[in-house]
Amino acid sequence: MSFDEHAVVARVARVNLPELRLWVRQGWLRPAQGEAGPVFDELDIARIRLLCDLRKEMSLPDDAVPVVLTLLDNLHQTRRELRTLTRAIEQQPRDVRHAVVSVFHDIHTRADTGATGGTAGTADTGTEDR
Amino acid sequence: MAKDPYEVLGVKKTATQDEIKKAYRKLAKKLHPDLHPGDEDKKAQFQAVAAANDLLSDPEMRRRYDAGEIDASGHERPERQFYHQYADQEAGRRYDPGAGMGGFQDASDIFSDLFGRRAGGGGFRQEFHARGPDTRYHLEVDFLDAARGTKRSVTMPDGKTIEITIPAGLKDGQTLRLRGKGGPGLGDGPPGDALVTIAVRPHPVFTRDGDDIEIELPITFDEAVLGAKVDVPTISGEVSMTIPRGASSGHRLRLKGKGIRKGRTVAGNQYVRLKIVLPEKIDDQMEDLARRWRDHAAFDARKELRRKT
Repeated sequence: MSFDEHAVVARVARVNLPELRLWVRQGWLRPAQGEAGPVFDELDIARIRLLCDLRKEMSLPDDAVPVVLTLLDNLHQTRRELRTLTRAIEQQPRDVRHAVVSVFHDIHTRADTGATGGTAGTADTGTEDR
Repeated sequence: MAKDPYEVLGVKKTATQDEIKKAYRKLAKKLHPDLHPGDEDKKAQFQAVAAANDLLSDPEMRRRYDAGEIDASGHERPERQFYHQYADQEAGRRYDPGAGMGGFQDASDIFSDLFGRRAGGGGFRQEFHARGPDTRYHLEVDFLDAARGTKRSVTMPDGKTIEITIPAGLKDGQTLRLRGKGGPGLGDGPPGDALVTIAVRPHPVFTRDGDDIEIELPITFDEAVLGAKVDVPTISGEVSMTIPRGASSGHRLRLKGKGIRKGRTVAGNQYVRLKIVLPEKIDDQMEDLARRWRDHAAFDARKELRRKT
């Protein structure tokens, strides 16, 4: 399903045309380019509803929206990549799968009990140096 | 059965509209499903909160609820599709901010290889050589163009002209990836791709089922009775087809290889559904003919129907 600007405004009552265009200009929305203007799909509509929630229901100020969006987009990208990684592990032979799971638990337990040292510890702290 | 909306929002029955609004905002901030993707508990709570707010934020609805005219789940609405449900799927990559798990390169070589490559090298020194962004286009094509394949040169509102080859048999909603036709790369990074989603306009006569084409062909009463040779439109021009003697409405005939042709080898078929059509004005001769036939024929068109019911 695809929608032009007017169809979007008709479908999502909480947004009006100037707002929609502003959000596209700000880069919060990235619709496809059609011959007669932007074309939105179901994913864009869901994102518009999210923006309405953030802006209107939660009264998030304009300059905080990009911060929240970037965090959310990062979160979704990470979740997708994590799922791909999980799928890759699932396709490994049984013993490889078990080895991965048991090392994963080891690292977790060590992090929980506050133990440091060993090579596994670097996986938790490795991102904050430099 | 939905719970009492006042209880869900944690407000008194005497709360002002403003207090209800405040209570809802506070809960919405805490529970919004897009802030907790995958947490079914929070999602259910949020939906209960949103439903309670829908009811109580509207003074008229609230009055009717208080008066017992409607119950807490008094209004049905289709379940909302939340953003994270889309963002979790591959299409969600559209809004990815950049290198993703690229920050993990120092953890191991495997990770830098996995997550760094797609983002255009990753790593700190190469930060300014990134692959350009993908651009997305939406293009409407005619049914016949999509069925037969065609070339289109399209100027988009952003001033870019793109040359698109539409392969025969393209389906509605399919996306073409034009390598290197997207946004320019940063530094030595390669350009991104142009992703063109095709919408196929429906045709008044032809419909499609995979590689097969289907049409409805009106025929006259005498053609149905006696059989005939008629011209039939196909996506590649008119062809002549034989209607067998005694054809009925709904009869489906096959024109082999007259469907969608992909390359030189594989081709779908065209199916022709017959439909007997009588003239708008029945003249005396036809009436006479029908009456004479009825008087001596013992044909029961609804025999099967009766047997099955």
